Amino acid sequence: MTDMKVHIAGVELQNPVIAASGTFGFGREYGQLYDLSEIGAISVKGLTKAPRAGNPPPRITETPGGILNSVGLQNPGVDAFIRDEIPYLRQYRCKIIANMAGNTFEDYCEMAEKLSAADVDFLEMNISCPNVKAGGAAFGTHPDTVFAITDAVRKYAKKPLIVKLSPNVADITETAKAAEAAGADALSLINTLTGMAIDIRTRRPILANVIGGMSGPCVKPVALRMVYQVYRAVQVPIIGMGGITSGEDAVEFLLAGSTAISVGTANFTDPYACIKIRDGIRQYMQDQTITKIGDLTGGLLLE
Amino acid sequence: MEYNIYKCHICYQQEIAPDIVACQVRNLELAKKAKAGQFLHVQCGDVTSMPLRRPISICDVNEDCITFIYEIKGRGTKALQEQAGELDILGPLGNGFAVEKTLYHHPAVIGGGIGVYPMLFLTKQLQNATVYLGFRTKNLVTLETEFRQNAPYVTVMTDDGSYGRHGYALSALEEDYLQQKFDIIYACGPKPMLKAVKIFAEGHNIPCQLSLEERMGCGIGACLTCSCETHGEGSEKYKCVCKQGPVFWSKEVIL
Repeated sequence: MTDMKVHIAGVELQNPVIAASGTFGFGREYGQLYDLSEIGAISVKGLTKAPRAGNPPPRITETPGGILNSVGLQNPGVDAFIRDEIPYLRQYRCKIIANMAGNTFEDYCEMAEKLSAADVDFLEMNISCPNVKAGGAAFGTHPDTVFAITDAVRKYAKKPLIVKLSPNVADITETAKAAEAAGADALSLINTLTGMAIDIRTRRPILANVIGGMSGPCVKPVALRMVYQVYRAVQVPIIGMGGITSGEDAVEFLLAGSTAISVGTANFTDPYACIKIRDGIRQYMQDQTITKIGDLTGGLLLE
Repeated sequence: MEYNIYKCHICYQQEIAPDIVACQVRNLELAKKAKAGQFLHVQCGDVTSMPLRRPISICDVNEDCITFIYEIKGRGTKALQEQAGELDILGPLGNGFAVEKTLYHHPAVIGGGIGVYPMLFLTKQLQNATVYLGFRTKNLVTLETEFRQNAPYVTVMTDDGSYGRHGYALSALEEDYLQQKFDIIYACGPKPMLKAVKIFAEGHNIPCQLSLEERMGCGIGACLTCSCETHGEGSEKYKCVCKQGPVFWSKEVIL
């Protein structure tokens, strides 16, 4: 019997596969294709206090082995999410991770308070969105501000609190330790790496926002390295992500120290990616006669 | 279920004009579901180096065969041209054209450049459309025969006058409108053309549907990357070309 259940801050996920925020909406579009109960959790589209229009197009382009996006947090706002989307998601067994993005400390605190009263399983602080001018990544790049904002939100968060870390920092273990010290129950990493692309015929940036967040297979080695480093620096569970497209990729992230993993860009390549990655992990476990998935977490051998 | 992944056998790929490739694939279920104006999200080659699919409009459906025509523009479409055997296609996606023959008796169809191709399926369904096709130059003129077989009036224009009439497709439509009052206009083509069509249609109070194109991610409305500005507010300001389009009423959108 292969046991794929994982536990994060006391919440049980039936398997370690999480749909990454911003790639999966509120689940409805993928729910047309498969039963969302098949995956461990969904981290929903980044929510803001008020509805948000997002950036002008183009918002996406492909780069070798990856993509750049600059959606800019288009979303209907936290109230509409609670009213319209939670009841839909609750039909399924997958856990709900409410991803929050704000311009100010107060925005995060207010959302944390509202969402704590709502029927979600986790709160996830996105303090690493590269595509908005105010807030976002500005909070996620210095250990002192990571500590301060996590500490502030912690007081309002009555649900397990995940802090999503930015890779666009000098030393990710410093921001990881700051989030943990301020009371984060888990860490998710990595958010996108900032990048850009230019159309040489028009001499203009391809993205209207000029700069966007890079994700996909090309970021995987960076993401894996950061998970490895953070795992050795903190005690709290890690949700690892960055370019995972197969069960094998996912196992690498588990061995580097992830308790669970998120699948983002791969959903665009193959809308069944989450399911196939779950099956790939299970296949690896069966081949290796591993019965409990927890035995893989941090199982990297270094002689 | 409206859309799904289909493994489609490639019947043929053929370059019908410089850098313009017609591809026919076979899949009965997909062909049965496809509507004029919808598109396919096509995996073009090695997915590790090219994680994104390419959205390509449906050009024609015959029984279990679907034809789409694309321009070779970059790595993805170059790789796609080299595919043989099978294609991995997500579709059919998006909203098609409103084909309501009882409501509209005098439809005009206008296509420019590669925007000509999605109009064939529509023209076949309408059978009574007045069609305007615009191409840059003579060697890009394609599908003229197919359009003529399915519409009573077809005007071909070239930007440089090397074939058909000289000028833009819209100029011919505007000229004819003095004699023939269209009660709907369907359009697909480059953004400047669509802008001009929108202005003309709205200036004459003609209902008008535009098929838009945008750089796209998931293709099903989850990632919110292929956005088009609309008159909506808040999170409704930008709509998804993939899910809420690609066909929009001209009055919905800001081009």
